[in-house]
Amino acid sequence: MSTGLHITQGTFSYLPDLTDEEIKAQIQYGIDNGWAVAIEFTDDPHPRNVYWEMWGMPMFDIEDPAAALHEVKRCREAFPEHYIRVSLYNPALTKMTTALQFLVNRPPHEPGFRLDRQEARDRSIRYTIHPYAADLPHGDRYRNGRE
Amino acid sequence: MAETLKGAERYKKAGVIPYKEMGYWRPDYEPEETDVLAAFRITPQSGVEPEEAGAAVAGESSTATWTVVWTDMLTAYDNYQGKCYKVVPVPGTQPQQYIAYIAYKLDLFEEGSVPNIASSIIGNVFGFKAVKALRLEDLRIPTQYLKTFQGPPHGIVVEREMLNKYGRPLLGATIKPKLGLSARNYGRVVYEALKGGLDFTKDDENTNSQPFNRWRDRYLYCIEAVNRAIEQTGEIKGHYLNVTAATMEEMYERAEFAKELGSVIIMIDLTIGFTAMGSMSRWARENSMILHLHRAGHSTYTRQKNHGINFRVLAKWCRMIGVDHIHAGTVVGKLEGDPGSVRGYYNTCREDFNPADPALGHYFDQDWIHLPGVMPVASGGIHAGQMHQLLHYLGEDTVLQFGGGTIGHPMGIAAGAAANRVATEAMIKARNEGRDFLREGPDILKAAAKSSPELASALDVWGDVTFEFESTDTPDVIATPTES
Repeated sequence: MSTGLHITQGTFSYLPDLTDEEIKAQIQYGIDNGWAVAIEFTDDPHPRNVYWEMWGMPMFDIEDPAAALHEVKRCREAFPEHYIRVSLYNPALTKMTTALQFLVNRPPHEPGFRLDRQEARDRSIRYTIHPYAADLPHGDRYRNGRE
Repeated sequence: MAETLKGAERYKKAGVIPYKEMGYWRPDYEPEETDVLAAFRITPQSGVEPEEAGAAVAGESSTATWTVVWTDMLTAYDNYQGKCYKVVPVPGTQPQQYIAYIAYKLDLFEEGSVPNIASSIIGNVFGFKAVKALRLEDLRIPTQYLKTFQGPPHGIVVEREMLNKYGRPLLGATIKPKLGLSARNYGRVVYEALKGGLDFTKDDENTNSQPFNRWRDRYLYCIEAVNRAIEQTGEIKGHYLNVTAATMEEMYERAEFAKELGSVIIMIDLTIGFTAMGSMSRWARENSMILHLHRAGHSTYTRQKNHGINFRVLAKWCRMIGVDHIHAGTVVGKLEGDPGSVRGYYNTCREDFNPADPALGHYFDQDWIHLPGVMPVASGGIHAGQMHQLLHYLGEDTVLQFGGGTIGHPMGIAAGAAANRVATEAMIKARNEGRDFLREGPDILKAAAKSSPELASALDVWGDVTFEFESTDTPDVIATPTES
């Protein structure tokens, strides 16, 4: 199924890419639940890269999903070759975490990952996941961004 | 109503007096908010009146022995006596059953010790001759006692953040055949299933360290498979490495090795016992390891309606002892589980407050005072074609384990995994879009299968497989089962 050219982080990565209307419907679901909407982007899809760059502040108390979709589009224009994700955040007591997260943009070419193995003693192996995207020097990775 | 015998009346002649008269039947007692409350299902021996049977259970699960002892006089025994304060007949039972409500003072229990509360409440009384059969249906744990427990090492919220997976059920599979595969072949199944789209794979309860598949070899191959699958998908994956062994020393050794290899999760079996579970919970918290519990053996005492312990009590104890995952039934799969009861178990695992509700089998209000929730696991005879029912009955904070439903896929293991993932995501998407996914489920799956040959094939093979058997254990909806 997966060739390593299509990372499957986020909740809808096994479905065809969501249309803007479908993205709006998911954001509407979050708004109906009283959740905040956050847009984040990165050029480093390492599975343990927790802190993607924030596209502005999370949107609290928004009423119209079109406003959030508008920001998704602006982020895509600024970073067309980055991964962009939408997170719906639930601040309610005992939850206080992300309630839904899905990708809304991915690079046209996803170089994937390299698995490095360091042989340790007694057949143990120390594994490191290395995103090929991180091979470029940091400054060169932001060709199409504002930075 | 028999009056409690006191002072000289109680002790003037050595011998046996009814439990009712020893102070264990207290219909006027008002439970305090700090009391542990128990609901027992009692089938009295013929000729034993229900209040006497209830008082006997209260006595034998607290201070009593079979005769009066003068040493009672050395203590404020009234405080330490279990008090049966209500007995209610269960309609439609033959022989007649009763629910006996018993209150226990907090003093009776050691802080932070499930083995202690278990020994107290179920330790002695279940073989007692005055009852034909006895079942502990529910326990109300007072918040003052609950606060002496740390609960799950991580809980649902932290687990999701560790895995970076939100808003959908997690997906797993138990490696099959569970016995007989060499470690190397076993790892192949792990790799295919994780690469195809599952979040977890799992050792089975009896996959420990057999001659054909020793634990250290298995761990090495499984972690190789996990990391290859991470490389192929860019997602965090895990395999529940079962550390169950004969001694704590061996379990710690296996857990340490799992940690050294970078595993995110280990598992234990219920058969190791409450104390060992507590030790592994502590270890898991200290070592940032998710802890999966397989409830191996529970049905020997949870399934029969008239005798044993209801699983909801076991679920409460496991949340208090502290595990991150617990198997809690599927409703639609191959194993026992009435929908109302299973919903009750799931609520017990993951909600912060369980209101008394006879339809779900909750006899008391239970406030969890923000103790983290345990992720319930559904395993046993479930498949992608049931996704709408699974989401409806079990919700999204759950692990759906498709063993045969992954590994038995005609296009291969990875395809089976992909089918399950596509079905899950399609159903979540439809639910969030506001569709009536339970009713439209089959159509939603069919539509998703258009872009997923893996799902199309799964629906062809298993679409019609159901397990329609009547449940052995169902809640009794009776007029006044609640007390808080």
